[in-house]
Amino acid sequence: MVQQYIGASITRKEDERFLTGRATFADDVKLPGMLHAAFVRSPHAHARIVAIDTTAALAIPGVVAIFTYEDIADLAKPIPVRLYPLPSLEPFLQYPLAQDKVRYVGDPVAIVIADSRYVGEDALDVIDVTYEPLPAVVDIEDSLRDETIIHEAPGTNLAAHYVVSTGDIDQAFRDAEYTRKERFKTNRHTGNPLETRGMVVAYDSGELTVWGATKVPHFNREVLSSLLDFPEEKMHFVEGDVGGGFGIRGEFYPEDFLVPFAAMRLGRPVKWMEDRLEHLIAANHSRDVLCDIEIAMKKDGAILGIRAQVYGDMGGYIRTHGSLVPASTAGLLMGPYNVPAYECGVHCVITNKTGVGTFRAPGRYESCFIRERLLDMAAADLGIDPAELRFKNLIQPSQMPYNAGRTRADGDTIFDSGNYPQGLTRALDQIGYAETNPKRWVDEAGRYHGIGIATYVKNTGRGPYEGARIVISGTGDVAVYLGITTMGQGHETTMAQICADSLGVSMDAVTIYHGNTDYIPFGGGTYGSRGTVMGGNAVHLACQNMKERILSLASTYLDTEPANLVLQTGEIFRKGTEQGPALLSLGEIACLAEVPGSNEEGSGTLETTAYFEADQLTFSYGSHAAHVAVDPETGKIEIIHYVVVEDIGRAINPLMVHGQAVGGAAQGIGATLLEELVYDDSGQLLAGSFMDYLLPTSTDVPPIESIVLEEAPSPLNPLGVKGAGEGGIVATGATLANAVSNALAPLGVQITQLPISPNFIAKLLSS
Amino acid sequence: MKPARFDYYSPDSPNEALELLGQYGDDAKILAGGQSLMPMMNMRLVRPKVVIDINRIAGLSHISPRPDGGLAVGAMTRQRELERSALVLETAPLLSLAIPYIGHFQIRNRGTVGGSLAHSDPAAEIPAVCLTLDTEFELASSAGERTVKAEDFFLNHLTTALEPAELLTQIRIPQTVGNWRWGFQEVCRRDGDFALVGAATMLRLDDRGICLESRITAFGAGGTPMRMNAAENHLSGSSVNADDRSEAARLVSDALDPISDIHASAKYRQDVAGVMVRRALEQALLPMEGEDAA
Repeated sequence: MVQQYIGASITRKEDERFLTGRATFADDVKLPGMLHAAFVRSPHAHARIVAIDTTAALAIPGVVAIFTYEDIADLAKPIPVRLYPLPSLEPFLQYPLAQDKVRYVGDPVAIVIADSRYVGEDALDVIDVTYEPLPAVVDIEDSLRDETIIHEAPGTNLAAHYVVSTGDIDQAFRDAEYTRKERFKTNRHTGNPLETRGMVVAYDSGELTVWGATKVPHFNREVLSSLLDFPEEKMHFVEGDVGGGFGIRGEFYPEDFLVPFAAMRLGRPVKWMEDRLEHLIAANHSRDVLCDIEIAMKKDGAILGIRAQVYGDMGGYIRTHGSLVPASTAGLLMGPYNVPAYECGVHCVITNKTGVGTFRAPGRYESCFIRERLLDMAAADLGIDPAELRFKNLIQPSQMPYNAGRTRADGDTIFDSGNYPQGLTRALDQIGYAETNPKRWVDEAGRYHGIGIATYVKNTGRGPYEGARIVISGTGDVAVYLGITTMGQGHETTMAQICADSLGVSMDAVTIYHGNTDYIPFGGGTYGSRGTVMGGNAVHLACQNMKERILSLASTYLDTEPANLVLQTGEIFRKGTEQGPALLSLGEIACLAEVPGSNEEGSGTLETTAYFEADQLTFSYGSHAAHVAVDPETGKIEIIHYVVVEDIGRAINPLMVHGQAVGGAAQGIGATLLEELVYDDSGQLLAGSFMDYLLPTSTDVPPIESIVLEEAPSPLNPLGVKGAGEGGIVATGATLANAVSNALAPLGVQITQLPISPNFIAKLLSS
Repeated sequence: MKPARFDYYSPDSPNEALELLGQYGDDAKILAGGQSLMPMMNMRLVRPKVVIDINRIAGLSHISPRPDGGLAVGAMTRQRELERSALVLETAPLLSLAIPYIGHFQIRNRGTVGGSLAHSDPAAEIPAVCLTLDTEFELASSAGERTVKAEDFFLNHLTTALEPAELLTQIRIPQTVGNWRWGFQEVCRRDGDFALVGAATMLRLDDRGICLESRITAFGAGGTPMRMNAAENHLSGSSVNADDRSEAARLVSDALDPISDIHASAKYRQDVAGVMVRRALEQALLPMEGEDAA
């Protein structure tokens, strides 16, 4: 029996270099003559720039140059939207440097280039920017009053508004036997990859190279080409090892123009490594959503309709993710349920805060919290068990594929496959739901215990295409060049597993190359749990093509038909005699593929590129369940048991899928209990360092049980896979809020906003 | 996050350090464990012209018994050493109980007793314990030495009685063995964080369980750790029963006027300080090893 790599929990090929400290991150790139960048960032949330005096800074030895808007004025264009564009967003886009106004604390005003970052920061101390402060808008409702306008040209703070709907919502509410209306708010927080953003850029002999690229290098190269007015073919984006992405890292930010601009202007390499203080004010924030929602039901718990208004606090500018966060909140607000009628208004609201973008399960963490909390409230009102209420409404396997209707501006939401009730059942079994009666109690120490559950569905594997190029050399080595990138997901292992099985070679013969725009002409990148769905299937497709070519070459040489041959463990056998001697090795076939006249052994190449296309999304789904204990005197929450159930269709590497689930849940626990980017009324960020922005540490995260299901392979791709990157986080807010609310229900507590801090619990208990 | 330019000195002897301190005074900062100073310098929140690193001075790190049964602890003694010291456990068990609440062990490996005291974060554990244990601080300068009591040492938020030219060299902790009992409680957002609020207590009980002397300190609830006199007075002479403990908690909450920040409101700190006091008293009254749970 030939070894099956797909489905095997193989330890990661890349871990050796990570664990032995030999990985190469952006900051490890050091070039001769390299300079360092630092940024003058606005200390005001909203102000007019009156004057910038750089005289004293330029006099510091080691300060090479300072660029302000004036210096980039000839090139100045706004950074375009990559995802979820809407025409009305255009006037709210961010330019690389502030022109006459700053619109959030951290807004870049100038870039300093110096011999070292130390000297660069010395320059920041003495650059004298005169600001005329303006009133700051830090609240969605304040912003919507348009009393203070943040962008003068459009003359409003509402950057976009549209409505999605499906079914007859008015009829649903006319038929309702029960309705409930609530307001929910999710906390502004963001991803904090261990490695902050950063890059080294060199301009040499007319070629521009950017080290530190990741996520979407092909797209970013196109943007930079347009902004610098410099040909794409002369630009090389190189991805090294990356210390985490989570949606934050790798988008096109102002710095992604300014550092290359400085390197070109000065003709010397420039490094910029974001520090954590910069990261917290400059990199995208996320999740800041306000939602008014109303549900219509029958007394038996059947959902008739949901109507809602979603307001996304977008910050001072619309960034590369366009309307994505509020749009995606609306897109899956109805969740994995039969909701015959749905209507949702989506509002993109500008405020004087850092711009918003994606963070792992953007919009879906939010909508799951909103919907699942409301369902628990409705269950209590109707006297129905929360699990029973969900079973009653979950979409059944027989309904798949299920068209949930037009919940997005750009089309219908169609769930491809799934056994949603099974996903919930597994979570309930694991937490011991049936045996735990009652579902809430008080222990001897006076702590309130409660069980909470939530179900979710998450779109993954966004198209439209992804590519892979395979080159087999005369040594028989298989090189796979990916269009996707790797921020720590382990593609060097999973993609090798796919390649080995799809081609019929040993995994040891396969090497994965990723993230370099020179490897492959087009690449969509890695985001939204698309890596394995799109990149994996591209590898599979390329392998199919390659296999066909190999068998054709071999059959010609062996004077037989391709159908009589098999490729197995990197060798050609006659069909039926796979145990016997091999007829040809992969290396020998590679030599056969050479151009005529060049027969030197080992120099042959066998190459193919394939693109996998998808115009539909795959939907992972599942449920979370938690048991918590709350100390009513301090508001402290202990998570006693946490379960993540996720169906991803087919697990290429179950060990790594578990890692994704557990890591996602840990991140979600932090997001739900600890993390918040708090602003004061003047628009100052009060959680600007890790002293105040509280990430979960190993002592705050309980053991997490992850159950990976393969009940419903996706019919949309040959591998049957769905994305596995976000199921671990998506229902954490919902589940913990439900558990805490359930525990404290006797004391009249209902969580409607996050995070759930001890102070917040104490406040709810005292009111 | 790169510090502004500074000059660095690494003296070998206390006298050399005191000489430098005398010379630079306010312009100088002492580098002990660096757990607070280095981040503050990297964020340019402090910009000393001179950093005097006292890590290489011999004799500043020790835990020694004193003739009166108390303890002398050198300012450069690492927190982790206190945590693992049998002598500290025997002589000042409250300190042993409190130390594990400081950061995580990696931080305690580096953090020092003197550094924590001289930095004087109002929510820090060692200052609260020292105040509860009536600790004395030995301060040295090139002009000579003086001793300051804990109650006179902590002046305000991050402010102590240390003069610019003075170095904290050693602390003296009286022994609290025999019929003393102790409790220490704090609540934080995450394990290892500075406390949102906390309490330390020492109770000396007679054979009948009557309180001969009580000490209660609240921390994280004001500019410095604070002894709660009204609650202490209430308990002295009492049997520290449930009503007494609740009353002490109430008196503590009433006496406090804490600040709000993004992690906790003033009201939270005020209310929960009382809870911490009550729980610390309960903890102090738990049967000790070898005692019957009567």
